[in-house]
Amino acid sequence: MTDYLLVDRLEKRFSSHGRAAFRDLTFSVEQGAFVALIGPSGCGKSTLLHIMAGLSEPSAGLVRLKGEPIHGPRADMMFVFQQYTKSIFPWKTVLENVLLGVKYQATKPRKELEKLCLRHLDMVGLARYPNYYPYQLSGGMQQRVAIARALARRPKILLMDEPFSALDAMMRVELQDLLLKLWHDLGLTILFVTHDLDEALYLGQRVIMLSASPGTIAEDVDVPLAYPRRQIETRSDKTYLELRERLYRNMVTQVMAGRAEAS
Amino acid sequence: MSRELWTMLRESRVTGVILIVVLLALWQLSAMYLVRSPTWPTVTRIFEAWAENLADGTLAKHMLATFWRQMLGYGLAVVIGVTLGLAMGYYRVLYNLFEPLVEVLRPIPGPSYLPVLVLFVGIGHEMKVVLILLASVFPILLNTYSGVRSIDRVQFDTARTLGLTTLQTFRELVLPAASPQILTGMRISLAISLILAVLGEMIVSNDGLGYFTLLSQRTFKVPEMYAGIFTLAAFGYCLNRIFLLIEGRVVRWHHESSGRI
Repeated sequence: MTDYLLVDRLEKRFSSHGRAAFRDLTFSVEQGAFVALIGPSGCGKSTLLHIMAGLSEPSAGLVRLKGEPIHGPRADMMFVFQQYTKSIFPWKTVLENVLLGVKYQATKPRKELEKLCLRHLDMVGLARYPNYYPYQLSGGMQQRVAIARALARRPKILLMDEPFSALDAMMRVELQDLLLKLWHDLGLTILFVTHDLDEALYLGQRVIMLSASPGTIAEDVDVPLAYPRRQIETRSDKTYLELRERLYRNMVTQVMAGRAEAS
Repeated sequence: MSRELWTMLRESRVTGVILIVVLLALWQLSAMYLVRSPTWPTVTRIFEAWAENLADGTLAKHMLATFWRQMLGYGLAVVIGVTLGLAMGYYRVLYNLFEPLVEVLRPIPGPSYLPVLVLFVGIGHEMKVVLILLASVFPILLNTYSGVRSIDRVQFDTARTLGLTTLQTFRELVLPAASPQILTGMRISLAISLILAVLGEMIVSNDGLGYFTLLSQRTFKVPEMYAGIFTLAAFGYCLNRIFLLIEGRVVRWHHESSGRI
């Protein structure tokens, strides 16, 4: 078994009506990869990510990390939620929020932990804001806090559930580039769920597209575009545009199929 | 009248204070010229009686007695209400077990426990404390568990991904997240606890502001009776102000985040 992160014949049914969100889902992710997961709403991509994080149990199948089955949250896998206003605790300052992820684990003295957290805040460009409360920050800055908190735990894998979809276009662009830089600098493995095809193509080395429910893999393509990627140049690259059109066609087909099934 | 003055009056609460002064003045005038009766003394006469009883320490003694039994009953209600409420909000089993019981007990008006308490606890200090406790525990309990139950799933997931234990989750998430609602319950109960303290004192007691007020009425010391009520107004007002001050500090983040200051 050489797979790093393996999703093995995974199935999730919702107990109430027995409908499957996805079934027989199998794919693996290499160490250090940046994989974007995309699909129409309701295809279960967010559910899949929750199962991979150990936040939810599958109905059948397994997720394995280096062969080891995942049954609960692990310190080396961190989750970044879409709803930063919830996942960043509003009653804590920026620094306290980041500290929360490390203070109960480490045996280091408080001063050292604070230094570690400040270093991670610096990485996301928030070095000047440790004593601010979340309500004093913009949405983009709040999501940066969430990323810093995840990184301060020194994870190997980052699972991100539409982390930028609630942000405005300018902030999204900034955070995309920040994320690519962090991925490059820290050697992380990233799984990034999004419903935005452009975001998936701009960020990912590989894009996995799920079909409408029950979700199966509709496309699994490598994105042969060099890093560092640039917002304007990359997005107007011929390869990018061709790949985008192909995936877009497929996605529209998925949505139509889903609609036909629903009616 | 100038425009600035109008704006000032409209924007500030000075008008409210002026209204109180005007009403007191009307009272004074009516007692002097309109209703000349021993049951309707002038405000100045009441203030005189008030000053006398403040000066000789009578009111202080009664106020302390009321405060002490109120705080004892209220303090117990807070401890029990918050502890049980947190547990009920967090553990569905406990919620399902106790919630119907709470719903049945809650509509019983606090004073109606009194006859039962007299049978079981007697007519002493303990009876009043238990009466206050019973009446003020429910708003705290209800607000606590509904506060805990409305905590977002994402926040619990966050706590799990950060590897927090149950105890740490209570400390770092459940208690602070529910604190705005807990404090709302506590503020409602603070008023209730004063009502029940005074009621208990009026029924059977030998000290406290309720006792002082009723005794003054029974011994025809009408100005003292009003002074007792004025004292209760001032006392209740101060309690609420202090509570709001503390609440504002504890859940400042909540008011700021929800755009309320």
